Amino acid sequence: MNLAITLLVVVAVASVIGTVLQQNQPYPDYILKFGPFWFEVFRQTGLYNVYGSGWFMSILAFLILSTSVCIYRQTPVLWREMTQFRTRVRLDSLRGFHQQAEWQLQHREASTVQKTLGAVLKTRGYRWRIEDHGSHRVMAATKGRFSRLGYLCTHAAVVIIGIGGLLDGNLWLKFKEWSGGLRIETRDLAARDLPPESRLAPGAIPAFRGNVMLPEGATANFVFLRIRDGFALQELPFAIELKDFQVAYYDTGQPKSFASAVLIHDQEHLGSQPLAATIRVNHPLVYRGYAIYQSDFGDGGSKLEMQVWPLITPQAKPVAARGEIGNALKIGGSSAPLTLELNEFRLFNLLPEPGAQPGDRKFRNFGPSFSFKLRNSAGEAHEYFNYMAPVQLEGRWFYISGKRTQPGDPFIYLHIPADTKNSPERFLRFNARLRDGEWLREWMERSPAPVNNPDFQRDFNQVRLNLIELFTQGGFIAVTEQAKTVVPAGRLKEATTLYLNILRDTLADVFIQVLRDEGINVEQEISSQEEAFFNDAIPALATLADYGSPFYLQLTGFQQVEASGLQVTRSGGTAVVYTGFALLIIGIFVMLYTSHRRLWIWLADEEGATRLVLAGVSNRRPVEFAGEFSELRMALEKQIND
Amino acid sequence: MSVTREVMLEQQWAQSSFSQRFSRLDGLWTLLVIAGSLYIWWLYRSYMDSYEIAIQAGSTAALIAWGVYWKPARPFTLAAAALTVLALWRYDADYELRLSDFWLKYFLESQAAFMWMSALYVLATITYFAAMFTRSGFAGKTATALTWCATAMGLTGLLVRWRESYLLGADIGHIPVSNLYEVFILFALITALLYLFYEDRHRTRSMGGFALLVISGAVGFLLWYTFDREAHHIQPLIPALQSYWMKIHVPANFIGYGAFALAAMLSVAYLLQNWAGTRWPDGHLARVLPPLHLLDDVIYKAIALGFAAFTLATILGALWAAEAWGGYWSWDPKETWALIVWLNYAAWLHLRMTKGWRGAPMAWWAVIGLFVTLFAFLGVNMFLSGLHSYGTL
Ligand code: HEM
Repeated sequence: MNLAITLLVVVAVASVIGTVLQQNQPYPDYILKFGPFWFEVFRQTGLYNVYGSGWFMSILAFLILSTSVCIYRQTPVLWREMTQFRTRVRLDSLRGFHQQAEWQLQHREASTVQKTLGAVLKTRGYRWRIEDHGSHRVMAATKGRFSRLGYLCTHAAVVIIGIGGLLDGNLWLKFKEWSGGLRIETRDLAARDLPPESRLAPGAIPAFRGNVMLPEGATANFVFLRIRDGFALQELPFAIELKDFQVAYYDTGQPKSFASAVLIHDQEHLGSQPLAATIRVNHPLVYRGYAIYQSDFGDGGSKLEMQVWPLITPQAKPVAARGEIGNALKIGGSSAPLTLELNEFRLFNLLPEPGAQPGDRKFRNFGPSFSFKLRNSAGEAHEYFNYMAPVQLEGRWFYISGKRTQPGDPFIYLHIPADTKNSPERFLRFNARLRDGEWLREWMERSPAPVNNPDFQRDFNQVRLNLIELFTQGGFIAVTEQAKTVVPAGRLKEATTLYLNILRDTLADVFIQVLRDEGINVEQEISSQEEAFFNDAIPALATLADYGSPFYLQLTGFQQVEASGLQVTRSGGTAVVYTGFALLIIGIFVMLYTSHRRLWIWLADEEGATRLVLAGVSNRRPVEFAGEFSELRMALEKQIND
Repeated sequence: MSVTREVMLEQQWAQSSFSQRFSRLDGLWTLLVIAGSLYIWWLYRSYMDSYEIAIQAGSTAALIAWGVYWKPARPFTLAAAALTVLALWRYDADYELRLSDFWLKYFLESQAAFMWMSALYVLATITYFAAMFTRSGFAGKTATALTWCATAMGLTGLLVRWRESYLLGADIGHIPVSNLYEVFILFALITALLYLFYEDRHRTRSMGGFALLVISGAVGFLLWYTFDREAHHIQPLIPALQSYWMKIHVPANFIGYGAFALAAMLSVAYLLQNWAGTRWPDGHLARVLPPLHLLDDVIYKAIALGFAAFTLATILGALWAAEAWGGYWSWDPKETWALIVWLNYAAWLHLRMTKGWRGAPMAWWAVIGLFVTLFAFLGVNMFLSGLHSYGTL
């Protein structure tokens, strides 16, 4: 028995490990987390898949084995306890029982007493047998003997559940791998390129759990099994076609349901008429012993139309581009080739209302967005997240683009003010002007000079050009840094203020020119709307220095293609395990809430009197039994004295 | 041969036959529950599928049995039902009335009800301890009454919240056992009811302070969770939780948790008594604390009940997982910790049943068991990630 308790505790402790260390993650994540040395140690000890590891399986197998042995050893004992009446007992052992009573009955015959007793016991549901030992008789009575079966049911259930669970575990895969029937593929290959030794034919193993991501309109007759750091392909005896994938939302924006409308194609069993079904979370489709679950969703290659606006050249003309989520485009000249990887398209972005308190629970839909990575020839990438439509913040509208260099970092946002036509164009033209040195120079020369001093004017223009260049290359920081290098420390503050004022005035002048080029009358006061635009454009220009992309990618159109992640499982052991569940529940309730009660009555004739000794024992619920016993004692007393 | 007080008490109810026990009042109770249940079904049948009708039928039978087996369940159920009906009547079909209607705003709206519940539980805890130390019968009765009232308010709050979720939107409506906030209330209620049952059966109030202490702890958490984390808002159900299984899996689990928590608190009392009894055998403390044999018995009964309920809950969870997650067992952290809790108490029961262990070591084990349970309940949500993380802190 010590073994049982030890095993229970050992399984409990071993189980903790797999909850503390996230299981079945991609191996590079583990290397990053633990370093190469500990990564290898943990890999060897099977810590990335504890519950499928050899040592854990062995503990479970040992538990099953020892419970079986226990059942084997205990069953004959139980059988005897259930079926036999022990009519050979000694008087002093009865007197030693916790529950016992003794009477000396005058003028009574043992045989009449015995009759009375028998009747009382019978009405209380006891079965009894009597044996005459010459000098005395012993009545042995029992009740609730099937309570003993509780132990059997419980322990048999443990064995049955264990075996069923093992049947549904990864033993089959392990066996296939070990016997050379399967090779785990670790390269990033498409299903059709997978070599035959990494494929499992339908029915090759009785239990598996595989996944497949199906774009709308696509069909698959296989799933991928993720195994350690690679995968294998399990073929299905039918094909699943995804007709449509639907996500429904609550008014609050949280997802309400995920549903895949599928067609099952199966020539052999269905003929040419496919089976139509809808798979939702909590409503899997079970077909020929295979269960198909809604488990994930994603993008199935949405088609995007974009405008590429240059950000670092004097050009302000966008170029149209098209792409598909999941694909990579080569862009940029041959001098600095960049790869644009289109990662994700989202139709909705439900986010907390900007500026709202966390408790307000106000949400706003920011509309469609897409994210992409720009990778340079050295392989370094920046990640971007752009909204399609301008977003209203404090009454003004902005095109928002987030940028980050590390996957886990928060995004740094660029807020491009939208112009009166609700387009980023004015800002981008303003930006292009600032980067056009030639134009700037010409424009400055054309502008009426504030003082009539050509030398001063030339120097002043040069300062202005330098400041703009500094600003467009490095933002305000570059300007203040520059001030530090040329101005003595004592006058730094004053000089910096001067620089910034000049810069601001120049930017304002350029901006007015941009407005003028748009055909806006700027000779009078410019409107507060345009002033606000200018005030928003300045920080955006300053942010551009860190934006890291030579262009701004504006999403102008899309055709969404969704993909549904389906999980397909086969678990041949389910029926076994469920039988075990039923037994376990029955067994535990019987074991805990019923008891096997046994009574002994010793009757002996003693010179005209009868000695009567009553003793009893129960295997469980001693307090309840004590109550029952004392009541029985009183009833007997009453009966006998009548 | 000795007949202890417990034995006499056990005998009063355990040994009478069914016909003796099933009185006319029981018949009335049965009819009342069936009528109420039918009326509820008739009102809400458009929301129910066949599984839910089956669950309602099962709950009705369970409620009848509960009231027959344990009489105080009847006035309690009727009180909570009456308060709920009052609240629903005040609400009619307008959720915003909770802000203006006097009855709702100060008394019956679910948040108000939970505040009443919280205050009453804390008061009850203090009163139980006062009753224990002063050995005042009046204080003891007051404490019991406070606990009953708190539990009735809590149950009313949950039932009203159930209705409120439908008032928010027909597609939002769901039984309020779907997140950490809601199940904490369930935990407090179940623990209190289990305690009240043992108090009634053993005719002693000396264990009350200890049992109510863990409930007060839950109340403290709940208040923090409400005021600091704003967790009390009704949230729509994520797709994975939209299943009739939730209605049975979660309550079964919380019978287990509640029973284990009760056992652990009584084990604390056991250890205190054990310590006081050896140190000052005739001291005041040893006299006022509950006696060891009583605690030992109730601890065992609570763990046995908890274990049975927890087994059922885990199996129901596995059946649900087979519908929602692609298999009856996925070694998800919550599943695994449920198994750990289960193995822990299985080991406890083995020690007691097969080796006959009793006393302080088993009490210590039950206290440690509470921490294991607490980790399964809270720790998994706080520290581990997985399929099962529906409530975060
Ligand atoms: C309600 C829960 C359980 C109770 C009350 C219980 C009770 C018992 C009893 C009474 C025995 C010994 C046979 C005897 O002396 O009569 C035993 C043995 C054993 N039990 Fe359990 N059991 C329970 C659940 C489990 C579970 C869940 C497991 C395993 C996961 C388990 C594994 C074992 C093993 C391995 C033995 C040892 C057999 C031997 O070598 O003697 N039991 N249990």
